[in-house]
Amino acid sequence: MSEATLFGLCGAALVGLGLYGLICHPGALRKILAFNLIGSGVFLLFGIVARRGAASGFGGDPVPQALVITGLVVAFAATALAVALVLRLAQTSGRTGLDPERPGQPEGTRRTES
Amino acid sequence: MMPVQDIFTVAAVTLGSLFFLAGTVGLLRFPDTLTRLHALTKADNLGLGLVVLGLLPQVSSPLGWIGLIAVWLLALLAGATVGQLVAGAVRPPDGTPAQRGNPPA
Amino acid sequence: MSLTAPVDLGLALLLLGLAVWVIAASATYRAAEGFIAYGLVLALVWVRLGSVDVALTEAALGSGLTGLLLLRAAARLPPADPAERARPAKGVRVLAGLLCAVVTAGLAAVVLLLPEPAPTLAPAAAASLPATGVGNPVTGVLLAYRAVDTLGESIVLVLALIGLWSLAPDAAWGGRPGALTTAPAGSALRFLAQVLPPFGILVGIHLLWVGADHPGGKFQGATVLAAMWVLVIIAGLRRPPPVTSRATRWLVVVGSLIFVGIGAAGIWLAEAFLAYPDGLAKPLILAIEAALTLSVAVILGLLLAGPPEAERPTERRS
Repeated sequence: MSEATLFGLCGAALVGLGLYGLICHPGALRKILAFNLIGSGVFLLFGIVARRGAASGFGGDPVPQALVITGLVVAFAATALAVALVLRLAQTSGRTGLDPERPGQPEGTRRTES
Repeated sequence: MMPVQDIFTVAAVTLGSLFFLAGTVGLLRFPDTLTRLHALTKADNLGLGLVVLGLLPQVSSPLGWIGLIAVWLLALLAGATVGQLVAGAVRPPDGTPAQRGNPPA
Repeated sequence: MSLTAPVDLGLALLLLGLAVWVIAASATYRAAEGFIAYGLVLALVWVRLGSVDVALTEAALGSGLTGLLLLRAAARLPPADPAERARPAKGVRVLAGLLCAVVTAGLAAVVLLLPEPAPTLAPAAAASLPATGVGNPVTGVLLAYRAVDTLGESIVLVLALIGLWSLAPDAAWGGRPGALTTAPAGSALRFLAQVLPPFGILVGIHLLWVGADHPGGKFQGATVLAAMWVLVIIAGLRRPPPVTSRATRWLVVVGSLIFVGIGAAGIWLAEAFLAYPDGLAKPLILAIEAALTLSVAVILGLLLAGPPEAERPTERRS
């Protein structure tokens, strides 16, 4: 099995693991972590396509590599925005998750902005 | 029979990896944060130094040597700073109790 | 090939083990720590796949800056109360596991059934590379063949920053970003922040310069520059700029503006948006890269610094 196939299967497993974490974790920050895992698995799949396209003296096809670099930067920007949203949610309502509050539960501590 | 440089590289890198292994065993087996820090910083710095020493014969240009040694020095600097910070969080120098909310060791 | 197979297998197992840790860790802080280690091992995997540019970006941005972001968020979030932390019922988890297994199996089938011989754009990229003047094919793709993607990406970064700033409460508008707390005076971090940034800036500019012909490039260089700036802020040597500062806003947009300007000039000089006139490709690419590095470094630093917070009379840190 070439290294491209091995890491491609790895990428497939990472997408599955990340998807499980995204569905099953109650906290928003854990979901963001799982989402980053899914993203890195998808980038690995791009990477093995690049590796299999090695030709003309290059180690890999440069076009998928450039796509992955662009994707990494955009993923960081999206993660920064998502983390800021989670922090703001915690600031205004004291909750760290997105599940609706069940009836009969005390409301999360409300912190007002100074 | 491999050339002398390759034998030296293999020997030095293997020795360096053994130091890394020792540091990791220390991380897992030592009882508290400060002793674990000791194992990590000492063993890892020495291990990295041996790995860099082993890689020097493989690079032919002096700029490459400077680059490799710079990597080792930067890792030393970063490791020393982080060691100080983690130790300070566990046992602050001025005697105040450790801050609440710090991660467990 | 047989000599490296155990290394590849070991890397793959380590990667999957770290991913399981990120998902299965009980405390969010532990999961964020695991994510940083995961990113570094992933960078090694990228080197094994021959994509050194991607490995540099993953180590710097995917592991370093993202890890810093997530660690700080995990430290700042209040602990969730037990009712909120309740995981879904067993049945839901089993169903989710089955769904994920199906998705993984489908992707694995795609990987195993990829066409042989693999289609590739490498010969096309290699054929036109001398005309662009750069030697690194990935840089050629990023700034010559698919420059419009890079332009879109630089604009997306500006939009993300605007979105981040819009989360500030009304009373805090005009203040300085507050997500990066400062260390107490005299700590080792201040020493590091005084010694490291000169070298860091050199390394960042070197990464930008060498990216023309070797692995490297502007995103990697910009990340190192942003990391040095963030280090200086965290150590308390400089405060982040207020969001109303005109100089900061100009720095944020100058990269995209120059990019769009050169692209528009291409319509007159070379018949298409973002086409480079003959012989001028390399200088124009360098100009775009320099401006973009500056802008991206400032944007990355500001994304880490967070939304502005109102000025408080006493510097707080619990």
